[in-house]
Amino acid sequence: MGITAHRVSKRFGDFVALDDVSVEAPTGSLTALLGPSGSGKSTLLRVIAGLERPDSGEIFIADEDKTRMPPQKRGVGFVFQHYAAFKHMTVFENVAFGLKIRKYPKAVIRKDVHELLELVQLEGFANRYPSQLSGGQRQRMALARALAVEPEVLLLDEPFGALDARVRQELRAWLRRLHDDIHVTTILVTHDQEEAMEVADRIVLMNHGTIEQVGDPQDLYEHPASEFVMSFVGPVNRLGDTFVRPHDVEIQLHSNGSTSEAVVDHLVYLGFEVRVELTLNDGRGLWAQVTREDARQLELEPGKIVHVRMVHSKVFGEQRKSSLPHS
Amino acid sequence: MIARLSLRVLALGYLALLLVFPVSMIFVRTFGNGIGAVWEAVIQPDALHALWLTLFVAVIAVSANTVFGIACAMVLVRQNFRGKAVLNAILDLPLAVSPVVIGLALLLIYGLTSPVGAWLAEAGIRIVFSTPGIILATIFVSLPFVVREVMPVLREIGTEQEQAASTLGASSLQTFRLVTLPAIRSGVAYGIVLTMARAIGEFGAVSIISGKLSGRTETLTIYVESSFQRFDIVGCYTASLILALIAISTLLLTNLTKPKEEY
Repeated sequence: MGITAHRVSKRFGDFVALDDVSVEAPTGSLTALLGPSGSGKSTLLRVIAGLERPDSGEIFIADEDKTRMPPQKRGVGFVFQHYAAFKHMTVFENVAFGLKIRKYPKAVIRKDVHELLELVQLEGFANRYPSQLSGGQRQRMALARALAVEPEVLLLDEPFGALDARVRQELRAWLRRLHDDIHVTTILVTHDQEEAMEVADRIVLMNHGTIEQVGDPQDLYEHPASEFVMSFVGPVNRLGDTFVRPHDVEIQLHSNGSTSEAVVDHLVYLGFEVRVELTLNDGRGLWAQVTREDARQLELEPGKIVHVRMVHSKVFGEQRKSSLPHS
Repeated sequence: MIARLSLRVLALGYLALLLVFPVSMIFVRTFGNGIGAVWEAVIQPDALHALWLTLFVAVIAVSANTVFGIACAMVLVRQNFRGKAVLNAILDLPLAVSPVVIGLALLLIYGLTSPVGAWLAEAGIRIVFSTPGIILATIFVSLPFVVREVMPVLREIGTEQEQAASTLGASSLQTFRLVTLPAIRSGVAYGIVLTMARAIGEFGAVSIISGKLSGRTETLTIYVESSFQRFDIVGCYTASLILALIAISTLLLTNLTKPKEEY
């Protein structure tokens, strides 16, 4: 029961939201659509749900052409960034909504809703109103509501975007576990690369209405296909045409021929990680990520002269995809 | 402290002098000759007819303007089309134009001397100096209230709840009934109160289009005027009191039906 978007295009006036995009989400997978705002990821999700009509292209859900079907008949569960909770209904009524529409018997609805509330850890909240819940609880309620109708696919549009960092972290881990339990094909839209990497099996990285790269999280991080991918999925230093990750900048106390001299400008302590801001002797700046232990052993301090070596670096453009390790 | 106190005196004094004092005077004066006289005044056939006509007209005007108002607000908030700004501006016309002018305009359109009026008269439909004319005038003057109250609420709730309902399988009609309508309920209720108040209180437009035929086209406000003119002071104050009571009960009814647990 996978999802296929085939050559989908969508414009809003002059703005091209989706430009001939084809994506596949295999059955049972959790795919993340990742990209900056305006990259078309939410539009693609809404096109799949039927909330937006594509200018061209087709949508298949479970091998069935759903392009011309209204959202009611697509068998999708949709979760919105701002919860879209029915404010005048209790948690119970919210979750029961889809079942009531389908005219399930009352006893069945009661049983299903209570099972779902247990699944999303809201057992004691059935009679509360959404306004009496925290953001994280509201979003879990919205998820239970979407799952109640047993959708063939689950579509999540920045589901944790409106929550604070700690709750977001908790819900990510919870969503991952939930998906391992229920295995419904899921697409998650996010602008947060860390979230995509943590939760998804596959990442579709989008930019300007097109797809930059598709792969598993490790793939994207280690083999970025373009400058954009490399700088989007993690921090990066750019030195001319060369890109290097801060953790691939090795700091040594002595020159060994393959190193360049640099001076330490500033140190930022972030717990386990220490961020070392450096200026090379040709005047270009970069930063390195080292452990607290390394920083101590190297006795790093502002003004100290060190020698840096790029363990891995990449050059894109003409020599696209060629990796040039400086070792 | 003194500033706060004087502000309070100013605000409450203003309300007392201009609102509470005149309204309570009506109560005092009405019952000045005892409750028997009031009852006599109420059961006057002309008075009863005026009361019935006022309620009948108000219920029709409120129903029409509620249905139309919600539809119109949804179109204005959710859709984009050419002439939307013009329609939006025209909606406030009944508030801007004096009711007397509206009455006169209706008279010009539906009077027997106009082509429309003559054609309708031939078909046996009488608008001027009869109930349909009063209804038309009342609908006209009370038209903007529901639209204007519902529009900001619709804008605030957005479309996400409705989209969520549609992904859960609800048809457009089910979505409207189960999601949109309950969400805009407070705006609709307040709009109905204002429409009702305006409809029962209308005088200018109705006085022109109705012809003020006692016992036939006299609404309560016109009955107040005519009884005043024939020095029927008790009848006049009683009718005023009934007008005030209708308004107050509408307000109370809306407050009672307000949702308790929202926000």
